[in-house]
Amino acid sequence: MENILHIIPEIFIFCSALMLLILGLFIKKIKLINNLSILSLLIAIALVINQPYQSIYFNSYINDEFSSLFKIMISIGSIVTLVMFISSRENLHINLYEFPILILFSTLGMMVMVSANDLLAMFIGLELQSLSLYVLAALNRNSLLSSEAGIKYFILGALSSGLLLFGISYIYGFSGNTNFNLIAVNYNSDSLGLLIGIVFVLAGLAFKVSAVPFHMWTPDVYQGAPTPITAFFALAPKIAAMGLLVRFLFNSFGEMYLDWQQIIFFISIASMMLAAFAAIAQTNIKRLMAYSSIGHIGYALIGVACVSSEGLRSLLIYLMIYLVMNIAVFTAILSLKRNDAYFENISDLSGMYKNHPFTTILVALMMFSLAGIPPLAGFFGKFYIFVAALESNMVFLAITGIIASVISAFYYLRIVKIMYFDEPKEEFDGVNILTLQVLFYPSSFLVILFFIYPAPIIQFSEFAIKSFY
Amino acid sequence: MNELPILSILILLPIFGIFFMTLIRNNNDQSSNNLKHTALWISFLNFLISLYLLFAFNQQDADFQFEERYFWIENGISYHLGVDGISILFIVLTTMLVPICILASYDSIKFSVKEYLISFLALETFMIGVFCSLDLVLFYLFFEGGLIPMFLIIGIWGGERRVYSTFKFFLYTLAGSVFMLLAIIYIFITAYTTDVSYLLDYNFTQNEQIILWLAFFASFMVKIPMWPFHTWLPDAHVEAPTAGSVILAGVLLKMAGYGFIRFSIGFFPEASELFAPLIFTLSIVAIIVTSLIALVQEDMKKLIAYSSVAHMGFVTLGIFTFTVQGIEGSIIQMISHGIVSAALFLCVGVVYDRLHTREISRYGGLVNKMPLYAFTFMIFILASLGLPGTSGFVGEFLVLMSIFSINTYFAIFATTGVVLAATYSLWLYRRMIFGALIKDDLSEMFDLTRREIIIFVPLIILTVFIGIYPKPVMDIIEPSAKKIVSQVNGKLN
Repeated sequence: MENILHIIPEIFIFCSALMLLILGLFIKKIKLINNLSILSLLIAIALVINQPYQSIYFNSYINDEFSSLFKIMISIGSIVTLVMFISSRENLHINLYEFPILILFSTLGMMVMVSANDLLAMFIGLELQSLSLYVLAALNRNSLLSSEAGIKYFILGALSSGLLLFGISYIYGFSGNTNFNLIAVNYNSDSLGLLIGIVFVLAGLAFKVSAVPFHMWTPDVYQGAPTPITAFFALAPKIAAMGLLVRFLFNSFGEMYLDWQQIIFFISIASMMLAAFAAIAQTNIKRLMAYSSIGHIGYALIGVACVSSEGLRSLLIYLMIYLVMNIAVFTAILSLKRNDAYFENISDLSGMYKNHPFTTILVALMMFSLAGIPPLAGFFGKFYIFVAALESNMVFLAITGIIASVISAFYYLRIVKIMYFDEPKEEFDGVNILTLQVLFYPSSFLVILFFIYPAPIIQFSEFAIKSFY
Repeated sequence: MNELPILSILILLPIFGIFFMTLIRNNNDQSSNNLKHTALWISFLNFLISLYLLFAFNQQDADFQFEERYFWIENGISYHLGVDGISILFIVLTTMLVPICILASYDSIKFSVKEYLISFLALETFMIGVFCSLDLVLFYLFFEGGLIPMFLIIGIWGGERRVYSTFKFFLYTLAGSVFMLLAIIYIFITAYTTDVSYLLDYNFTQNEQIILWLAFFASFMVKIPMWPFHTWLPDAHVEAPTAGSVILAGVLLKMAGYGFIRFSIGFFPEASELFAPLIFTLSIVAIIVTSLIALVQEDMKKLIAYSSVAHMGFVTLGIFTFTVQGIEGSIIQMISHGIVSAALFLCVGVVYDRLHTREISRYGGLVNKMPLYAFTFMIFILASLGLPGTSGFVGEFLVLMSIFSINTYFAIFATTGVVLAATYSLWLYRRMIFGALIKDDLSEMFDLTRREIIIFVPLIILTVFIGIYPKPVMDIIEPSAKKIVSQVNGKLN
């Protein structure tokens, strides 16, 4: 009974999701349900903050600084999605009360993921999250693209879950345990079976974080899904899967890191490079953001590949900054609306600064930040990633990283070019609704003014990795 | 007196101005005039503050002055500002050129005035920051941050091929600078700090020095620019609006020269000595080749841009002689080039505003219609080719003298650059100003307006003053230059 107290946030989200589901059946007030979901997520954040750090259920479920930070980030991502949902639900034909509830279930799954210290808990969290996401991607039933996105995501996601489960069974079979720490104690480092297990589990997780070569679903799903859901894909699940990846690798195979380091090394380089080149040719801004997120995951994976406290610290800094930048960018995408129709082509941004000077300069600065140009926040993310890489003597990774960042600067600059240098088109609605404003302005100002005093974020990240080093 | 954080004020005042200007509406001529006046006064105030800085600066002291240090990111990376004899003149140059630029764009910028002025003020912040910062990460922040406003200035208000030019400018500079970023990170993890005043006393091993030097070199050689990575400069100059060219030639190129003196020589003396022949060779190739290229240019701005590359060749020559004369000469050459090339671009801007072409062959015989302009232009052309009595002479003379003391052959080749400079400059002048006024559309030309005279007068005074009596300037530079040279020699022996 005492143990239940340690999973209060999860229980709270679960109960509120169930209650809202019943409530939604009887009263068709979608906005109310959405607002209550936001409220319950806020309460969940408060509960997470006040949670004691402990591992429970025979060490299969861990609450520590690391998981708390990830849970807060995930909850923020979910809240942002729900706030975006308020203004866009009718025009995007996703005016369904299931939306907030699915987000809640997905958030619950992700919370389980980042706390999981056991292969089974990990799989349960992952599946709960994924199943909700499959439905969310296809939520706009009348849109061919959305249905395609849902089906594609489902088929590939199911395949990756299969791979993951296959890997889990191998690991269980060769180490005799499902608990991460016990695997670490009992493994035999010469065992080929374990290695196969790691490879399959990593393949499954790489799919979830959309790292190359398991990225193929990302552009299509990003493009097809309604924009708030695309934002959700970019914000929460990747961060959660990254947390899970770190916990899985560091807790169970921390000592045989030489075996998996090169895998991470490869997918990191492949993600950065492929994203930098593939994004150049994109015409749809959501597709471009998909490749951008693949590239950013590549950078974040450098932090994992370093296998050091600096590496993990830089990973956390990077993910936090990535979260905030994406909030601003996706809110801006959501504001590209004219007469109730949304625009997604990059060419639609043409000459935007004439009509929306203030919004445009902020979006342009977000693009510079994504490209990693100082003094914006994105630069500090990259800076710490490279600090970690050089400290672990991964010079090759660092040089590939900076080359990829120069190449990727090109496609971010292309957006700036289209917004500023091209002929203006008709006016958009712009960031004119309160719900968008509360997301757009704070997040973009945070990115722009981050350089004034970045120390707290860095210290906070150092605090959050205490349980690993 | 030193309690006042004067360097932070210099850096933050333009930001304050930006904040103030975002509150001003921009919907009619009156309000855009208000914006221009606000920006002008803010930048002028900044100039006055920098004059105060120059006045309060202790010329005998070779160390960093007006130091400010606050905790910033983590231990080892702090917000550390300070100036010495090397950097202070660049700060004054920057704060002087920005109001001139704003004044020069009063009439030539027709649309999006607010964004333009905001970009300029942001650029000023970054430029001052580069010369003040005594922390490598802070330096990099300002060094790279300046790309954003410059990208917009060229891209939005530039000429026909502005998109190509601004992308080229941005990507060239970025590609060079990221290697410097890696070098800075490497310094941070080996020395545990990026504080410049600490690192000046730190000894890197020789292998480290070579790699780090090359990484810094990659960044600075693109920025200064050295042959063969100079090709972005003519493009950027040609397409940039007049004021953009002025700042680009006047200040942005000097960041790299400053970086060479402060970082390349200061941190990596052994590697600098090792690579000095390379620098000399590249500089001399740059001086001769780009001077020859300048000879055949049809476009005024391109000609001046290529001459900038040649002049920067003298700067790098002087720096890597490791002599007090050479370093002093390079700094004076940079200051002088900052004034003279800025003025030359302004001169081009004057006729461009009237005739909207930069083709040299479209002009001729302007002296008949624009005597004042002809006089002004002549002073700067002469200063550019290094005539004794102008600021251009002092720098070139010192640099050539120092290079003579090192290696006669290099000196002989470098001196041919002076002759070539005279050729292309005077020929440009002859084609534009002298001759009969036969072209029809030139009959409408009118002489300098009062605003343009106000712009040129301080530049003329400075050019002649430094040329005739360079002692006050050299007094400021000398202690710090001596200190650097003695430090380098101390490390080498």
